[in-house]
Parts: sequence; C-alpha cells; structure tokens
Amino acid sequence: MNDKIKIVIDGKEYWTEHGKTILDAAKDNGVFIPSLCHVEGVKTAGSCRICNVKVNGRNMTACSTPVAEGMTIVNNHPELEELRKAIVEVMFVAGNHFCPACEKSGNCELQALGYRFLMLVPRFPYEFPDKGVNAESKYIYHDRNRCILCKRCVRTVMKDDKHVFALNSRGGEHIHIKIDTELASHLTEEEAQAAMDICPVGAILKKERGYYNPIGERKFDKQPIGSEIENK
Amino acid sequence: MSKPVLATTSLAGCFGCHMSFLDIDERILELIELVEFNKSPIDDIKTFTKQCDIGLIEGGCCNSENIHVLKDFRKNCKILVSVGECAIMGGLPALRNGIPVEECLREAYLDGPTVGLNTEKILPNDDELPMLLDKVYPCHEIVKIDYYLPGCPPTADLIWNALIALITGDELKLPYEVVKFD
Amino acid sequence: MKDKVQDIIKKYHDDKTRLMDILIDIQAEYNCIPGEAIEIIAGQLNMSKVDVEQTLSFYHFFTTEPNGKYTVYLNDSMVAEMMGRDEIARAFEEEAGTTFGSVTEDGLIGLFNTSDIGMNDQEPAALINGVPFTSLTISKVKELIAGFKAGKEVKDMIGQTGDGNNSDPRIMSMVNNNCLKRIGSIMCLEYETGWALRRTVHITREAVIEMVKRSNLRGRGGAGFPAGLKWEFCRKSEGDATYLVCNADEGEPGTFKERVVLTEMPEQLFEGMAIAAYAINAKEGILYLRAEYIYLRDYLEDVMETMRKDNLLGKHILGVEGFDFDIRIQMGAGAYVCGEESALIESMEGKRGEPRNRPPFPVQAGYMNQPTVVNNVETLSTVVKIMLNGPDWFKAIGTPESAGTKLLSVAGDCKKPGVYEFEFGTKVNEVLDLVEATSVQAVQIGGPSGVCINPEMFDRNISFEDLSTGGAFIVIGKDRDLLQDVVTNYIDFFIEESCSSCAPCRSLTVILRGKLQKLLNGHGTMNDIDELYRWGQFMKQANRCGLGQTAANPILTTIENFRPLYEALVKTDEDYMSEFDMSKAVEESCKYVDRVPNVH
Repeated sequence: MNDKIKIVIDGKEYWTEHGKTILDAAKDNGVFIPSLCHVEGVKTAGSCRICNVKVNGRNMTACSTPVAEGMTIVNNHPELEELRKAIVEVMFVAGNHFCPACEKSGNCELQALGYRFLMLVPRFPYEFPDKGVNAESKYIYHDRNRCILCKRCVRTVMKDDKHVFALNSRGGEHIHIKIDTELASHLTEEEAQAAMDICPVGAILKKERGYYNPIGERKFDKQPIGSEIENK
Repeated sequence: MSKPVLATTSLAGCFGCHMSFLDIDERILELIELVEFNKSPIDDIKTFTKQCDIGLIEGGCCNSENIHVLKDFRKNCKILVSVGECAIMGGLPALRNGIPVEECLREAYLDGPTVGLNTEKILPNDDELPMLLDKVYPCHEIVKIDYYLPGCPPTADLIWNALIALITGDELKLPYEVVKFD
Repeated sequence: MKDKVQDIIKKYHDDKTRLMDILIDIQAEYNCIPGEAIEIIAGQLNMSKVDVEQTLSFYHFFTTEPNGKYTVYLNDSMVAEMMGRDEIARAFEEEAGTTFGSVTEDGLIGLFNTSDIGMNDQEPAALINGVPFTSLTISKVKELIAGFKAGKEVKDMIGQTGDGNNSDPRIMSMVNNNCLKRIGSIMCLEYETGWALRRTVHITREAVIEMVKRSNLRGRGGAGFPAGLKWEFCRKSEGDATYLVCNADEGEPGTFKERVVLTEMPEQLFEGMAIAAYAINAKEGILYLRAEYIYLRDYLEDVMETMRKDNLLGKHILGVEGFDFDIRIQMGAGAYVCGEESALIESMEGKRGEPRNRPPFPVQAGYMNQPTVVNNVETLSTVVKIMLNGPDWFKAIGTPESAGTKLLSVAGDCKKPGVYEFEFGTKVNEVLDLVEATSVQAVQIGGPSGVCINPEMFDRNISFEDLSTGGAFIVIGKDRDLLQDVVTNYIDFFIEESCSSCAPCRSLTVILRGKLQKLLNGHGTMNDIDELYRWGQFMKQANRCGLGQTAANPILTTIENFRPLYEALVKTDEDYMSEFDMSKAVEESCKYVDRVPNVH
C-alpha cells in the first residue's frame, strides 16, 4: 500500500502515499492546514472542525479524511478562511481566555490561530462561563473555563492504562472535561508536564510552571503558527 | 483644513494602554501636528467641548459611570476605537465575571486580606458613587465600536499605525509581531 | 452492593463494550447509579472512574442520585407545549409539592423534563417509571399523585388500555396507536409472517441484494441512502463477522411511526431483519431500541421467541444449512444523537453516542470495527414486501426517485393526528386535507432538523427530491407564535441534545439562541437577522453529523420562509442596538448596599 499517489491542493499537484490523511499529506508537502484537536500519531478526534477543507466540493476535515488518487482539495479559500476564523472566535467566546493572565500565552495554539487569522475581536458575544477549576492533584491545575474540548488530553494522558481525563455530561453549559484526581495524583512530574504540553491552550497546567519563556521568546511571538511547515 | 479632533479615556482599565500610547516617544510631536486633542487624560480636558473625529477607549465597563462615559464618547465621536483587551473583552477586571457581585463586594470591602482599616465594615454606598455592574462588559456590547486594537497593552506601533491610518485614510498595515492579545 | 454490582458485570462477561447494559441494570436495581457502583465498575473493568462517568453522564436517563420512587419524565417537545404541557407541569408541581428537576423531600416523587418521547399524537405525555401516560389532564395528574402517595403500582394506574396491540397482555399500555389512519399500499399490506423469508432463502444472497437494489428502496431514516447499495458495500467489505443493526431510536421530535410499527407489526420488522441478515451474511442482529420505548421490550422479546420457535430466527433458519441469525435488543438511555448510525454504534459499544468520522463508513468498519449495516425500522419492514411482490411492483409506487411509500407521523394543530402511510409524491396539501388541518400557518417537515414551510409551499410533495422527511409532519396553526413557540423550543432541543463533540455544534447553537432571543426581546436590527442567517450557515458547513449540520435549520428555514416575522421584531433603522439594561445590571449591587437601582 506504499504506492505513491498524486493529489491536488489549491491547484498544485503533490505526491503522497496511501493511508495518509489529507492533513499529514499536506504537511509533508509544506502545506499548512490549521487544526487544534489533531495530535500526530493519536486517534483522530475530528472535533475542532478547523481543518475543514473542500474535497471534490464537499466540506471534510483534513485530519480524518484519507487521501485518494487524484483527490482535489481546496485549502486556501475565502469561505474556508471565514469558517475557520469563525470557529476560532467561537472558542474564544465560549471560554474564559484572558490571554494577558494566562500562563500559556505566547505558546497557546488557539491564540496563535487568532493571530494567524488576524482576529481583532470575536464577532460573537462573550459567554464568561463558570465551569470551575480543579487543583486537587499534586502537579496539575485544571481550569475548565479555558478548555476548548479538543479531547487531546482525553485521548493521550494515561496512568496505569487508564484515562486521567474524560468528557463529562453533554450540551450547552454542561459539557466539560473531568480529571480523575485520584489517578492524577499518581502522575510523575514529567507526566504532568507532558499533560500540560499536550493541551493546546492553558486548561492543563503543571503547577509552579508558568510564564517560563519571556515575552519575545515564546513559540508564536515572532512566527505564525504553521510557518514551521510552510518554511520547511 | 482643520486638524482631526481626538479624544481618549480609560474606563475599567489600568491606564496601561495610555502608557503604551505615550510609548510612541518622539512621534508624539508629529502627532500634535496632525491632530487636536479634546477630552483626554493627556491634556486633562474633562468634558467634551466640541464634536470629535476619533475616540480611543481603554478599558471595559464595570460600573455605571463607565457606561455614561462610553455613551458620551459615542455621542461625541465619529469613530470609536476599542483599545486593548479590557475594552475588547473585559480583560483582567472581567476575571470577576461569573462570581456573584455580593461575593466580590464582600471580598473587597469586608472579608478580604486588603480590607485594612475598614474596621466598621462599611460598603461604599454613597449616592454619588457609581454602581457596580453585574459583570464587566466589553465596550461593543454597550455601544457600536468601529475598530479594535488588541493587546495588553497594544504596542505603541500598533496604536501609532492605526491612528495614522485613520487620519490619513491609508490602508492599515498589521505586521505579525504587532497584533498580540497580551 | 458489591456482590450485586459484580454479578451484573459478570452477566456481561466483564465486557467494557456492554457498559450500557451494565449501567441500565444497575440503575434498574438501585433506581440510580451510586458512586460506589461506579467505583466497582471502574475496578472490575479496569477503567478510571471518570471514564465510566464519561459514558454515564452522556445519557439523559442515567442518574447518580436517586430520582424518586416514582419518576415522572414529562415531555417538553414543541407539540407537547402546543397541547398544554405547561399546565400539566404546573399541576404535577402543585400536587407533588416539588418543582421540575427535583425530587420530593421524602424521595417519593421526582419530576423531570425530557425531550420527545414519541407520543406527539397524544400529548401531553409523560413516562412514569418507564410507563407511558398520554393525553394527560389535570384530573389525571391529581389521580396519579394520589396513587403515588398511596403506594400504587404504576402499571395499575393506566386506566383504559389503548387501541390495537396496546391492549395485548404483553404490553398493556394506555398508548393509542391511532392505527395507521390510511391503510397504505406497502407497509400495511396484509401478509403472512415468514412468506417473504421463505422466498428469500430460495435465491442467492447476491440475488436478494440485486432485488433490493432494483427496487430503488432508499433508507427511511431521512438520509435516503439506497438500501441495496448499502448491503452490497457491506457484503464486499472484509471482516471477521458482519452485523445487522436495526435503528429503532427515533428521537426526532414529532416522529412516532416506529412506535406503531414496533407495536403493530414487529414480526414484519424481524422478518425484514432476517432477510437483510441473509443478504449480508450476518449472524448477529441488534435492535437498538430507544429508552422511551422500553415498555415494548418484553413484548418484542416474546415475539422473537415465537419466531425462534417457528424457525424464522435462530439456527438453520427455515432449515437452510448455515443460515443462522438471531437478534438481541440493545436499550438506549436517552440521547437523540444516537439516532445517527455511527453514534448508535458507539453507544452499542458502551461509549458516549458521538458520531464517528467518516470514512470509514459502518459498512466498512462499524460495530466492533466489523462491516455493519444499520437500517431503519421502516426500511427493514419494507424489504419484506419487496421480497413478496417484487422490485417492479414496488418501483411502480411513488415517484421515479422515491420509490414506495412513507410513514408519516402527523401531529400538531389538526383534528386527526396519527401515523399515515402515503405514497411518495403526495402533496402537503393532500396530507393536510386528510388530517383535517384548517387554518395552517406552517408545516414542519421532518421535525426540528427538517424544514419549516409556508402555505405557498403546500403544493410541494413528500419525497427525497422535494421535501424529505424521516417521518415527522407537524402542523402549526395560525394562532401560534412561530418564532417564540416553535423555533426557540427547537434550538433549545439542539443545545440539549448536541453530543458536544464538534465545537460549532456545541457552542454556536448557544450563540444563535442568544441572537434569536435578542430579536425576540425587541433589541434586534436588520443586521442581526442577516448575522443569524450567516452564522447558521456555519453550522451546515462545519459540523460532522446530520444533527450538527441541521441544528440551525429551525432558524435558517424560518428566515427563508417566514422572513416578515423576523422583520416585524425589528424596531429600529439603526444597524446596531445594544441589549444592555442598566437597571438590571446594577440591580444586584444596589440590593446589597441598600440603594434604589435608579441609575440611568
């Protein structure tokens, strides 16, 4: 199944392989498709919907759709740009994203997409939810109000083969991610740091680890998200 | 041709955006050639004396006075600009959103560690004082806002570029490093 | 408690994928799923507690606190509200001495709201300990509460049993099926159970698929995917086993036709399942039955038992070597989104009912990652008649693109609500005449996810190519407030029922609701209407599943077809209007410092 196949992204032809997703195939070829829930090598969630592309005219998520020979993909398009920006804005208003007071600021992927899409103000009204915080476990501080429910932690943070984070409830103001404090208290410092690093925003923090890089030296201070792929 | 008239104010903010404004350094001399200041802490004019062209708003609305001032700015300025995170989304003062007002007042004036000499445990209740709103509101939820300059504070370059663009009508250029939310 | 819970888990072989059944059984035992039980499950199945709660908290009918010896779930769907649900709710509250969303102090009576329970032809209706009570009146409510206080059995309080099989000793329900008002030409055609299957086993599996393909039968759930093609895809997929799933999770408010099929013609459905199983070579069939229809479970089990005895299910069906097929019932636990086939599969595997990413499609990797066909109750039942009368006979009915007939659940402002079988191509006007609906403002075709049409569109027809519906047909009278009563109810429904996986579906619905309310409050501008429409379009483009993509339809289709109603709400020529209300905003702080909130 390792035969090379040809796909077209925004009118340009690229070579890739069977079994890859559109997102990965694009990445290999220096094309950045924005995404928040995707983690390389981890089961696809397809839930942030930001990697929406048009495949043969239909909206599909690039992270979940495998490439096929001759596939025609539209990534760079005003309608998609508008849609992606709107989703980022939805996430900003649905949570409490006080960037100036957030430990993850400058390294936050949601914020970075806000920069990339030049979001000056979300078009939607702010909700200011109150979903609570959990600081009961030794190393982890979990702020649900910053969570964008990408499920990265749900899919990746394990202890003794068990999920440390899981979704809870559903709908409107009820949906949130719950941390298993008992299990979380067994996490090592390194594991807690890994959990913080997998979170694209500042919802999972390792205690005593904030504002680590000075302003100007943070991940997205100078270079837009995705430029590492595009400038390869 | 008369110079465009500029007004500025700080609502529920920390004056940091005004400080950043002053960070345009020597360009302020150039600015004075370009605009005339009206109501603003910069020249200390307290009330509008004429119709203005541009109003810069720092801070969101946390009390009834903020609302009055903001509405006054809307009435007196052709163009209103929300400057900084507080004006745009409430900013740090909005960290109290979601916490009941009673709890906030209690913590600030009665029970909190900074209560200090308020031994009689009095809540500010003079009729002359503005009233706290149920939450901190972004400015655009109160009046129509025409432009937004994010940042905490927005960089001096961003404020400068935006003002020049507004005054000259030139296209506003926003290099990547300039637009930040912190 | 430990032994009992462990016994339940053992009954399902310590199998994580049977978590739904485990939770259902525990809830049946303790009237809730206590924290202690969650711990035992987590320990036994080697999961974290939050992982167990992840599934548990997804489903409306699971609860971790006792919810009353008598638990009333009163339907709050739109039609229920049209038929006086609020009055009944107040009566329940007054008589029980508690409010909705809570349990009386003595733990006797719990009052809760629930989304549609499939009784829209006889609202107001409620489920009490799983038993449906329909056409509720205030005096009936008083009688019920008195009965609870006297410790009566719920079943003994139903009074008169309903029509058709509702009076069957195995059901004994007060539900009325308003039996198939118009005797239709396919579904309702009389036949003898087993005949179609006898014909089927005489031809090859491929020939069966070919017949269904030739008949142009399309899925009756709403999407209209060709059934024969689905079977063929599944047949061609590689796997260790093949599964046939019947989707009996009709949760679309306003739909109740499957209730009638399950009550009146379950043999036909099971026979249809056996035919499909033969075609795709499935040994195991699963009927995913929505929790609201649990009152039919024993009856359905008994019907299957009879069919096993008649050799229509089980081993060597009709004596054919190698044709083994049996069905188990998988109960749901209250989640609209599980009507989506991949969400339904997730649920059957003991997980949250979140729709999957596609591809892979269920026919490639469905239940347990194996090729799986999921068909609707009506689709599978229809197959029986195709096998009996041939594809050409079937194709001749309906329209060229929509062969056959459709069961419609008609409810709302009409004299004769109920289930009707119509040929595809029937005009809306013809339906309205037959159900005696006069003075009609709008018809909601296909429930909340469908379209709301205005009278100028009533000469359009019911078909996949024109007005497509999974079955709901709701008549909205002229004196209804379409935006306030209908659209807001529907959006609230979607907010509640979103699986919350996709960001736009989870959050944008709430934003749309706020914008709509702004307009309803008289604070809207023309700009707000345009934004409402534009933002609604994002839902269509961005979301993964049918629920999310259609969740803005109540707004979108009413803006399209009833725009003057929206424009009448706009009181200003300005393009901006704030919703801010100073006196309300300072109310709390004034109260606390004892000042009159007269700040302006």
